[in-house]
Amino acid sequence: MNEPAAHATIEEVVRHSYGRLVAYLAARTGDVAGAEDALSDALMRALARWSVDGMPDKPEAWLLRAARNRQIDAFRRQAVRQDAAAFLQQVAAEAETMAERSDEFPDERLKLLFVCAHPGIDPAARTPLMLQTVLGIESARIASAFLVSPSAMEQRLVRAKQKIRSAAVPFRVPEPAEWDERVSFVLDAIYSAYTAGWESVSDESSAPRALARDAVALGRTLVQLRPQEPEALGLLALMLHCEAREAARFADDGRFVPLDEQDTARWSQPLIREAEDLLRRAAAERKPGRFQLEAAIQSIHAHRAISGTIDWAEIALLYEGLMRLAPGIGSQIGRAVALAEIGRADEALQALEGISTERVAAHQPYWAARAHVLRRLERREEARAAFTRAASLTEHPALRAHLFRRAADEI
Amino acid sequence: MKYALLVHVPPSHFEQRDDAATVAAGRAYGEALQAAGIFVGGAGLGSPRHATTVSVRDGKRQVHDGPYAETKEFLAGFGIIDVPDLDTALEWAARHPLADRFSVEVRPLLGAQFASAPKR
Repeated sequence: MNEPAAHATIEEVVRHSYGRLVAYLAARTGDVAGAEDALSDALMRALARWSVDGMPDKPEAWLLRAARNRQIDAFRRQAVRQDAAAFLQQVAAEAETMAERSDEFPDERLKLLFVCAHPGIDPAARTPLMLQTVLGIESARIASAFLVSPSAMEQRLVRAKQKIRSAAVPFRVPEPAEWDERVSFVLDAIYSAYTAGWESVSDESSAPRALARDAVALGRTLVQLRPQEPEALGLLALMLHCEAREAARFADDGRFVPLDEQDTARWSQPLIREAEDLLRRAAAERKPGRFQLEAAIQSIHAHRAISGTIDWAEIALLYEGLMRLAPGIGSQIGRAVALAEIGRADEALQALEGISTERVAAHQPYWAARAHVLRRLERREEARAAFTRAASLTEHPALRAHLFRRAADEI
Repeated sequence: MKYALLVHVPPSHFEQRDDAATVAAGRAYGEALQAAGIFVGGAGLGSPRHATTVSVRDGKRQVHDGPYAETKEFLAGFGIIDVPDLDTALEWAARHPLADRFSVEVRPLLGAQFASAPKR
């Protein structure tokens, strides 16, 4: 095998197995950074060896063995001062057994996800850690998606990995008593990557947009690892419903198109079907949660492709449920918009005015929703002012232009 | 893994902690750590008002009355425990009788990951 062929094979293995290899290596030592180093060393060796000797039968097992040997060397060096002979023997024996069985090694990615989203880890580092260790994404690309400098991101990641190692954050699946809370940290970290990528831009190839797709990949990984966790199913359904509309969010001339005006023919029906299927699976578990409700709301919007209408009364109810499960201004705003659509605009305005002004002073969705409700009430001058305010609170040119157009409609 | 549990409290606590309930709760907690076989050491600390701080600069000893720095919170006590991982240490920290009013900082001891073999 020549070098380009070896390169291609390695890329293939990395794409499919990086997270599993890192998770396996790290779960035994508690050292994520050490696992990554050992694996990248093994990949270098593979490149040199495979182009000469040809591909091994089981490339993953080959990499794992090489990485394990590297880990053992590293331990030996670190442990000079320590009496770690017994431990080293254990590690060596384990590496041997590993090499013998080898084509199937345990999938420890779930544990790795829980380590990345451990409450003892800086929340700002959780999503980047997942992207890097589970999906194998380079830190420079993560940095551009999060709009921070590569060195700042690298530092954040290094610090988190040091903490994992030196504080012994355990690689384990949480007990039932703590499950819901711990899984919510994992889900939040995935969703924050998705929204950061989704809300931002129309540019297909931008780093934040790629981040949204990476978040979907993490969501898929979690569902694959825990196929019966209703909120994981709900989160993936939510993301896929949004992904399904990617081609409809902007018109060919770059104009922003609001959800209820999107051309449903441009929605991806396969993604919608997949989302609906996930949501059904989640519902069968009979354990409602925030992400399932949010996905259900998106499911109603998706139904417009078939029925031609939107059941706003049902959406208002779902937002009420959401306000109980995940109180926040997002669900209050969503409910108000839905109420305005079913002839309850007075109530909607009241609800919006019940939110404290300082919380919404710079919150674009609030001002857009308020404008919308005021328009329904035919308070056009106030609606225009609110659309203008919303327009001045967004950083996205297409959305800003859209809101200014709406404001102009009210004159 | 050995961890220090560091109990941080506001200065006012040092004047209020001699009541029987607080003392009894502290003692019970120490006994629970021992019974679990994880207690390495620890103690309650006197008031920072009685602290004296020493440093040596240019070979000269400098001594001043009071704690190292005037802060809003002071160390009121510490315990060192030997447990498998951070989650177990956090469980014990959460059980500390002052954790519901003040804060318990959990810090690994330096080099503590070498002290016991990593679990499988």
